Amino acid sequence: MILDGKTPTGPIEKTWDKHRFDMKLVNPSNKRKFKVLVVGTGLAGGAAAASLGELGYNVEAFCYQDSSRRAHSIAAQGGINAAKNYPNDGDSIYRLFYDTIKGGDFRAREADVWRLAQVSNNIIDQCVAQGVPFARDYAGYLDNRSFGGAQVSRTFYARGQTGQQLLLGAYSALSRQVKAGTVKMYERHEMVDLVVVDGVAKGITCRDMITGELKSYWGDAVCLATGGYVNVFYLSTNAMGCSVTAAWKAAQKGALFANPCYTQIHPTCIPQTGDHQSKLTLMSESLRNDGRCWAPKNKEDCDKAPGDIPEEDRDYYLERKYPSFGNLAPRDIASRAAKEQCDDERGVGPGKRGVYLDYATAIERVGEHTIKERYGNLFEMYEKITDENAYKRPMRIYPAPHYSMGGLWVDYNLMSNIPGLFVLGEANFSVHGANRLGASALMQGLADGYFVIPYTIAGYLATITPGVVTDEHPAFKESIEQVQAQTDKLLNIKGKKTVSEFHRELGKVMWEDVGMARSESSLKNAMQRIPEIRDEFWKNVNVTGSSNETNQQLENAGRLADFLEFAEVFTADALHREESCGGHFRTEHQTDDGEATRDDENFAYVAAWEFKGAGKAPELHKEPLKFDNVKLAVRSYK
Amino acid sequence: MDLTLHVWRQSGPKDKGKLETYPAKGISPDMSFLEMLDEVNEELIKTGKSPIVFDHDCREGICGMCSQTINGKAHGGQDRTTVCQLHMRSFKDGDEIFIEPWRARAFPVIKDLIVDRTALDTIMQAGGYTSCHTGGVPDGNAHPIGKPVADYAMDAAECIGCGACVAGCPNSSAMLFTSAKVAQLAVLPQGKHEAMARVMNMTDTMQAAGFGNCTNHLECEASCPKGVSVKFIAKLNREYMKALVS
Ligand SMILES: Cc1cc2nc3c(=O)[nH]c(=O)nc-3n(C[C@H](O)[C@H](O)[C@H](O)COP(=O)(O)OP(=O)(O)OC[C@H]3O[C@@H](n4cnc5c(N)ncnc54)[C@H](O)[C@@H]3O)c2cc1C
Ligand code: SF4
Ligand code: FES
Repeated sequence: MILDGKTPTGPIEKTWDKHRFDMKLVNPSNKRKFKVLVVGTGLAGGAAAASLGELGYNVEAFCYQDSSRRAHSIAAQGGINAAKNYPNDGDSIYRLFYDTIKGGDFRAREADVWRLAQVSNNIIDQCVAQGVPFARDYAGYLDNRSFGGAQVSRTFYARGQTGQQLLLGAYSALSRQVKAGTVKMYERHEMVDLVVVDGVAKGITCRDMITGELKSYWGDAVCLATGGYVNVFYLSTNAMGCSVTAAWKAAQKGALFANPCYTQIHPTCIPQTGDHQSKLTLMSESLRNDGRCWAPKNKEDCDKAPGDIPEEDRDYYLERKYPSFGNLAPRDIASRAAKEQCDDERGVGPGKRGVYLDYATAIERVGEHTIKERYGNLFEMYEKITDENAYKRPMRIYPAPHYSMGGLWVDYNLMSNIPGLFVLGEANFSVHGANRLGASALMQGLADGYFVIPYTIAGYLATITPGVVTDEHPAFKESIEQVQAQTDKLLNIKGKKTVSEFHRELGKVMWEDVGMARSESSLKNAMQRIPEIRDEFWKNVNVTGSSNETNQQLENAGRLADFLEFAEVFTADALHREESCGGHFRTEHQTDDGEATRDDENFAYVAAWEFKGAGKAPELHKEPLKFDNVKLAVRSYK
Repeated sequence: MDLTLHVWRQSGPKDKGKLETYPAKGISPDMSFLEMLDEVNEELIKTGKSPIVFDHDCREGICGMCSQTINGKAHGGQDRTTVCQLHMRSFKDGDEIFIEPWRARAFPVIKDLIVDRTALDTIMQAGGYTSCHTGGVPDGNAHPIGKPVADYAMDAAECIGCGACVAGCPNSSAMLFTSAKVAQLAVLPQGKHEAMARVMNMTDTMQAAGFGNCTNHLECEASCPKGVSVKFIAKLNREYMKALVS
């Protein structure tokens, strides 16, 4: 099937305004009759639930944490982009649009990206009005910094906690609506099924994580804003509870999953120390503004203290390979380069999976005091985890899975191929193409939640009658029974291996074979290993406890069961995409000096996969990508 | 290293609960405290016992989900550190470690180390916001905010809503938590207009939710993993007085 993204036509700078005008509206007095379910209260879901509640819809919102303030958006450090051009340094909506398309390696839809750039400015205004304490200069104006290789300063930030402050802004707006009675909040509720009636999304089933009770909720529309899936790698910078479950339940009901193989590996994370490791901690990209990446030139030096390795025996590999961008090369490039050093057995630290990020030159140049001012909190965090003082000894860093560009397929209205199912934030595939630029995920989450969905959902709701299907419909009972059956099945296996042992095993395969550099043979190996692990999981997992209590083992087992199906579709996508682009690097498709080669002639499309059941080949649907406003170019950072 | 844990086990809100003792063997100093508990849980599962349940999510000190009292101290008592950031190198071979949930009337235990903190959300719903609409707000630079004011607001906004201040306070007061939001919004031009109603509504709700009064023990500040200062409580009190007399 050829998919239609339903992008409006005409001059790109008018598309969103024209589309907003063309869409139907819901009469104010009717809004209350429509019930909208919002799953997830991160930046995307929190902003959506608050805005829709304020408009007068009857909103129910869900999250798995004990409070809507704790979604993983809270962990974002660096900042949020907007095309304000406050510094007068040449930024514009067009430039932000262009940078995002190019940064995504020409694998995103133009009109969606344009809209993102256009509403980016409203986001900053909105957050300021909420009381978000962005950094300011001495005159009291908003401060900007440059981030992730951009040539303009367009990143707004709140110390090293931008995500936290933006999320608390959305949470405050949401709290106001909860108080006003327009939003009912269900915390510690995990969505474990999507209810589809006659091909239309009409509700969800959740597990109450305290009592274990399964309960269904009906809605005239369902919005998923449930975040990313990189925990499929087991170790990542995501929170422990992040999963593909909500999105995967939709995929099991027929929602297409787009570009799952586009994942971002972040270059500056703290390396793993042992098998006990449960997650990886990211350190802001800004560290590369002053730090120099190097690895020993000689294998024999790897165990030496870094200070004992003389200058001439150090390989400043980024400066060597990318003289013009040096240590500021984009994330995918910097990550792969670090891996190359370690694959060449020149890594440092435990397990030899690490490279140095050295501040000695910077400290000599600007003084320790200035470095402390710039990165003090990061150095402190590093010391807490590693017990090493990075002012005295270079940091050790290693790449880690960080962000998923892929996600459920949506059209320009953020609606999936299942009518009534909308997908927002990191959970959809829409704007980042094959690679996401720094500080643009926060922007996307808030754009979707505050400024896109309030309009596009009306366009859908205006075409349906509210409350026609409620939880009286037999599909809801069936959904609960089906989930209960799967739960019972998991609890009755009573095997020998724990859930985390299986998750680790899956993660190892995904990281080694479907990670930073993928080849036909590694992918085929993964295609064989994943079903083996899945089969063993269903025969030999040990899930303790019962279904009618707080049961974290059961929660984890359910999430892993979904990862085990999803991983195969992910790998199939990586195997089919015979090119290298953005976060997807196929070793067969590179130039002589190791740069990615894209194949626009054959692969300039969105790959949207239809799940056909575990172990069956998924079906590929394509949405061709057209570029009318930018010229396809080779992404070069030499 | 080898340790002995005494962990609070409570099957549900109605159960009385008690401390159980478990060995934690072969613990690496590089592990985080929660990774140590993961290991202990793997052992418990393998020996047919029920694993210890505890709240956690980001494991990097920002989401505010983790909540354990370790040897009588909220978050273990290390300066500016949440439980998830605590590392085993701060313990010694042979140590006995007592692990309990937050204790406060307003935070009933759900199971083992998990407590119900929805009362903190209720306080926020009473006024922890500016009543702006989505859209229709002025340009972000329309109201310059001097750097000292912006920094003050950011210091207050560091709160992660973990509830350690409540657990650490002999009166189980939520003053530090409440004051941080009151102070942040009271100093900003966007939040000033509603300052009086906000401080009244938030403190009333705090009391109704079963939190105690503040009698200046300052244990809250000592327990806070984000260094939120008691100066915000003084600010709350000033805001409260202003609201009372007007
Ligand atoms: C460490 C780190 C640093 C980052 N730094 C930056 C940065 O500086 N700039 C930037 O732009 N981006 C950054 N990002 C990326 C950005 O933070 C995320 O992409 C973005 O915040 C995702 O927002 P979201 O609303 O889509 O999802 P999330 O914030 O992940 O929210 C997901 C929500 O869904 C809920 N949920 C999930 N599954 C279920 C289920 N089954 N049932 C019920 N509820 C469910 C959760 O409870 C949660 O409320 C960073 C990411 C990480 C991990
Ligand atoms: S004030 Fe400190 S201790 Fe209290 S909830 Fe906030 S971060 Fe936690
Ligand atoms: S788990 Fe998030 S703060 Fe500890």
